Amino acid sequence: MQVQDYWLILAFFVLVLAPASFLGRFFFNAMEGKRNLLSPLLLPVERLCYRISGVDPERDQDWKTYSLALLAFSAVSLVVLFSILVLQHLLPLNPQQLPGLEWTLAFNTAVSFVTNTNWQAYSGEAALSYFSQMIGLGVQNFVSPAVGLAILVAFARGIARKSSNGIGNFWVDMTRATLYVLLPFCVLLAIFLVWQGVPQTFMDYVQAKSLLGADQTIPLGPAASQIAIKQLGTNGGGFFGVNSAHPFENPTAWSNLFEVASIILIPAALVFTFGHYVKDLRQSRAILASMLILFVAGLALTLWAEQQPNPALAALPIEQVGSLEGKEARFGTVASALWAVTTTAASNGSVNAMHDSFSALGGLLPMFNMMLGEVVFGGVGAGLYGMLLFVLIAVFLAGLMIGRTPEYLGKKLEAREVRLLVATLLVMPVGVLVFCALAVSLDGPAASITNPGAHGFSQALYAYTSGTANNGSAFGGFGANTPFHNLMIGLAMLLGRFGYILPILAIAGSLAAKKRAPVGQNSFPTHGPLFVTLLTLTILLVGGLTFLPALALGPIAEHLSMFQGF
Amino acid sequence: MNAPLQTPARVKHVKHQAQTSLAALWKPALKQAFVKLDPRQLVRSPVMLVVELTAILTTVLCFIPHPAVSLGLGVQIALWLWFTVLFANFAEAMAEGRGKARADSLKAGSQGLTARRRVAENQYQAVAASQLRKGDIVRVEAGELIPGDGEVIEGIAAVNEAAITGEPAPVIRESGGDRSAVTGNTRVVSDWLLVKITSNPGESTLDRMIALVEGAKRQKTPNEVALDILLIGLTLIFLLVVATLQPFARFAGGDLPLVYLAALLVTLIPTTIGGLLSAIGIAGMDRLVRLNVIAKSGRAVEAAGDVHTLLLDKTGTITFGNRRCSFMVMAPGVDAQTLAEASLLASSADDTAEGKSIVEYLRSSSALQLPPQSEIKAIPFSAETRLSGADWQGRSYRKGAVDAVLNYLNLGRDGLPAPLAREVEKIAQSGGTPLLVAGEGRLLGAIHLKDVVKPGIRERFAELRTLGIRTVMVTGDNPLTAAAIAAEAGVDDLIAEATPEKKLQRIRSEQAEGKLVAMCGDGANDAPALAQADVGLAMNDGTQAAREAANLVDLDSDPTKLLDVVQVGKELLVTRGALTTFSVANDVAKYFAILPALFAGIYPQLGALDIMQLHSPQSAILSAIVFNALIIIALIPLALRGVRVKALDAASLLRRNLLIYGLGGIIAPFIGIKLIDLLLVALGLV
Repeated sequence: MQVQDYWLILAFFVLVLAPASFLGRFFFNAMEGKRNLLSPLLLPVERLCYRISGVDPERDQDWKTYSLALLAFSAVSLVVLFSILVLQHLLPLNPQQLPGLEWTLAFNTAVSFVTNTNWQAYSGEAALSYFSQMIGLGVQNFVSPAVGLAILVAFARGIARKSSNGIGNFWVDMTRATLYVLLPFCVLLAIFLVWQGVPQTFMDYVQAKSLLGADQTIPLGPAASQIAIKQLGTNGGGFFGVNSAHPFENPTAWSNLFEVASIILIPAALVFTFGHYVKDLRQSRAILASMLILFVAGLALTLWAEQQPNPALAALPIEQVGSLEGKEARFGTVASALWAVTTTAASNGSVNAMHDSFSALGGLLPMFNMMLGEVVFGGVGAGLYGMLLFVLIAVFLAGLMIGRTPEYLGKKLEAREVRLLVATLLVMPVGVLVFCALAVSLDGPAASITNPGAHGFSQALYAYTSGTANNGSAFGGFGANTPFHNLMIGLAMLLGRFGYILPILAIAGSLAAKKRAPVGQNSFPTHGPLFVTLLTLTILLVGGLTFLPALALGPIAEHLSMFQGF
Repeated sequence: MNAPLQTPARVKHVKHQAQTSLAALWKPALKQAFVKLDPRQLVRSPVMLVVELTAILTTVLCFIPHPAVSLGLGVQIALWLWFTVLFANFAEAMAEGRGKARADSLKAGSQGLTARRRVAENQYQAVAASQLRKGDIVRVEAGELIPGDGEVIEGIAAVNEAAITGEPAPVIRESGGDRSAVTGNTRVVSDWLLVKITSNPGESTLDRMIALVEGAKRQKTPNEVALDILLIGLTLIFLLVVATLQPFARFAGGDLPLVYLAALLVTLIPTTIGGLLSAIGIAGMDRLVRLNVIAKSGRAVEAAGDVHTLLLDKTGTITFGNRRCSFMVMAPGVDAQTLAEASLLASSADDTAEGKSIVEYLRSSSALQLPPQSEIKAIPFSAETRLSGADWQGRSYRKGAVDAVLNYLNLGRDGLPAPLAREVEKIAQSGGTPLLVAGEGRLLGAIHLKDVVKPGIRERFAELRTLGIRTVMVTGDNPLTAAAIAAEAGVDDLIAEATPEKKLQRIRSEQAEGKLVAMCGDGANDAPALAQADVGLAMNDGTQAAREAANLVDLDSDPTKLLDVVQVGKELLVTRGALTTFSVANDVAKYFAILPALFAGIYPQLGALDIMQLHSPQSAILSAIVFNALIIIALIPLALRGVRVKALDAASLLRRNLLIYGLGGIIAPFIGIKLIDLLLVALGLV
């Protein structure tokens, strides 16, 4: 690694962590309707939204009403987006006259964007009109992270409130999340990206002659705004097919730094928002510490793996500087590895290099990040609520060891909560292992795999992991656009989203209704180094025990064979 | 509050019983281990049911040969899977055995028992005890067993409750008041009683005792149910992990023997805790039964571990029941010897506990000799003089309350010499009772009578405080006296001039803050508070109302037991948590043993994961499954005894237990599996 590589990593952590505490409080104030920096500007807009839609912002919903509102909202989103995609040839803003999508691809894409996954079985510039991108996908890029954020604050309220029925109002949470959290940052980042050279236009694609004299079509479009929200909202769906490896999507070193940092900017700050909800910032620091440990460990290993020369090429008379295959030469190994770890730690899924061509270990870590359930920072809201589930599991597993029935922040964890927790624990194994087993055992679907042996298995495993974890990053090399994979990965994405959300809201409702025991000397200490260690080990243990056999047959076998010469 | 019946002799008796039972129990337990293979019984322990089904499957697979698995290996795997189930059953049977042995002997006594049921005034009809219903009235004569739990409505009798409490000395039971409750299967040794039966068949104390320690009928406690769900969840996850391995392996061009997959499944699912969970629960209840405490539900025992606040009656729990002499002060110009002799004479004929304590105090501090009884003329306490004492050789010795003695000496309040007056004032302020002693017509000194805090109780409270439990002393004393005792005993808070309403109110306000409250009581007026408390311990010799309202009954009627109940509750939870953590942590090593072995034929390079350097794939799989079975046997003593809960704050307790059971759980199987592998190879079994 060179000096600028260290500067990049340092700048990344400073950009993410320095504002986290301040932003965390700002988000808390905004989500709870308290006065904040932007109230003078946005409060009238917020009130107008309620007046138009007839929402009473004072009315609290219980967890069932909240869930129903959420399900209704998601269902409508799904139907509308599906229709736009199928019917885009009939809709305006389609200068390239692109046809409507085939229905399984439209289903997959609609699910993908509604669930904040942004798995892309299509190539943006070749398949989607400006209308589909802006009105179809663009809207979901905002509202799908807003849903995640809404669930998180509802869950936080469930833990913080006592003997209460309500966990907030879905419509209010959605409005505030979009207005105060997502929009302002998106505007700032979009302007920055335009300055760096990202196009933002409704013009047709440009026809040009290349130096060799060949005809070339240069795609353009309203990209900057899309890219800003794709990063900030942990969406990840690129405007162009190769995502942030594309020179229009990620033109400079500065755009690269800001794009990668903005992936986990909001998730990191939300950890503090949670601390404000439960009035105990020690909890935030403990959770953040655990996330950072996992993140830094993953980053260090990936960086190390990507710096290693490929043993297969060792005999050739060439000098190897890390593994550059499949990476954008502008970014090199370090910036690519940093992006890969960040985008899979958060459930973002945007890429600036093809994970398929990473070394075996370098490909394993992004995959393992997703297998942990996207809890290392994770998606907007979704990462932290996933993390909190692990906190509850850690508390339940080890909490008994202080001689009391398990409780988190004074809330007892009983049979009902455990039943719901177990339901969420089953999501990843079902979506990843069962669906992937189905895919690799059927001849047709298995034909999408373009490599033999262990690496080919990694391709399929990655695709289903990415879908279930609502990440959306692609390993590359996997022919995902077939009816089977479109439908199965679509189902995996639905399972990965609602398989968590509904149990979490039920847990929130059940915790909110409980009394809150005083937290004191005899309570299970959920802060401090001991708990951070326990939490980190629980995450690794649950993720590791579930996926180690599958990983052994994929990246681990590939890695070992490369280094042992099998 | 009645004085505790407990005597040192009884404690010895219980210990003796526990020792004999352990040695005698393993044979029937072995038989029970096979009886419990019945899937209908195993349903209560889903993890073990999965193991049994897997064992059946592997047994069948022994008859369907697989090229990669020799018959010998297949049979061994099947056998060890069966052992795993049997070991878990054995653990449960051992836990049941101890409590059941006692319950069985009680049950035998009640078989064929008949009762005289009243059908009309003075008309009785003989019926089987098992037919008695709530509300029936029976007459029990001397020499007969009381046919069921009930309340005395007429008569007074001595009752021997040894069968239930182990206490051989008979106790008095009479109608009305606080000693009206009787327990089934206890024997009336004198006179007769008319008893109103208060429990239906199957609900008596005896039935409850049996139900707590019998695996098949036991009601699971709430936390146990929650833990069970988590264990089922983990089992499901591992089922998916193992089931999807075959398609993955096929994609890689290999084929995994079903027997190996079965072995992998059983080693991964939490069999250690799954197999011992029931034994831990039963053993916890059994520890209570051996403390002579009957829980009406396991819920209360679990809640005891969670308690934030203990309401403790001062008398009997914190202090001995009676005031005792703690020191003496001489009046000016009187020497110690004179005061001591006079006090001894004045108390020699006093039969009250206070009087006896003065004699005891003097005897222990100096070698005084009493003159022969015949020479002493006792002057008993009279309401008129409010003095007691004795006359000896024409000299009078008296003691009594300050005013009474001053009166006797014809002195006014100011007749008290100033130094003595100061001392008397001090005694009163410290919560004690001052007595004056007079002899030969002059004032000799003062005696300090005080509530004596039980030895060791202060340390006990300090321990509870480190565990985060606050103690609140409840007393009818005035605030001044109460505060003095409270300070001496080291309680955190007190309720002085307590009434049942005050108690109830305190419990409610603590609960409103989300705290769990435990208390004990015996009187009828304690019943509402006992019912309101999260953990209510009633004294067995108390009223029926209290016994019904509480969720725990102490057969020894010793209020200090509340502290033991809290300890048992905590041990129960810690044991469960420790073994769960241990069980899950074990899986890491098992993966490292089995995965390389499993995939040896597909990707030989995965042999790099075999960090234990096991002999062969076959021995690796067998070693893991043997370790998995043996660890259950190895942990049975811990499950039965329970993990000791040290008086530490939560963070230290967690650190300690995580190191032992978490880190230990990761390391132990690496060593264990390697050793078993070496042994299996040495024995030529693989």
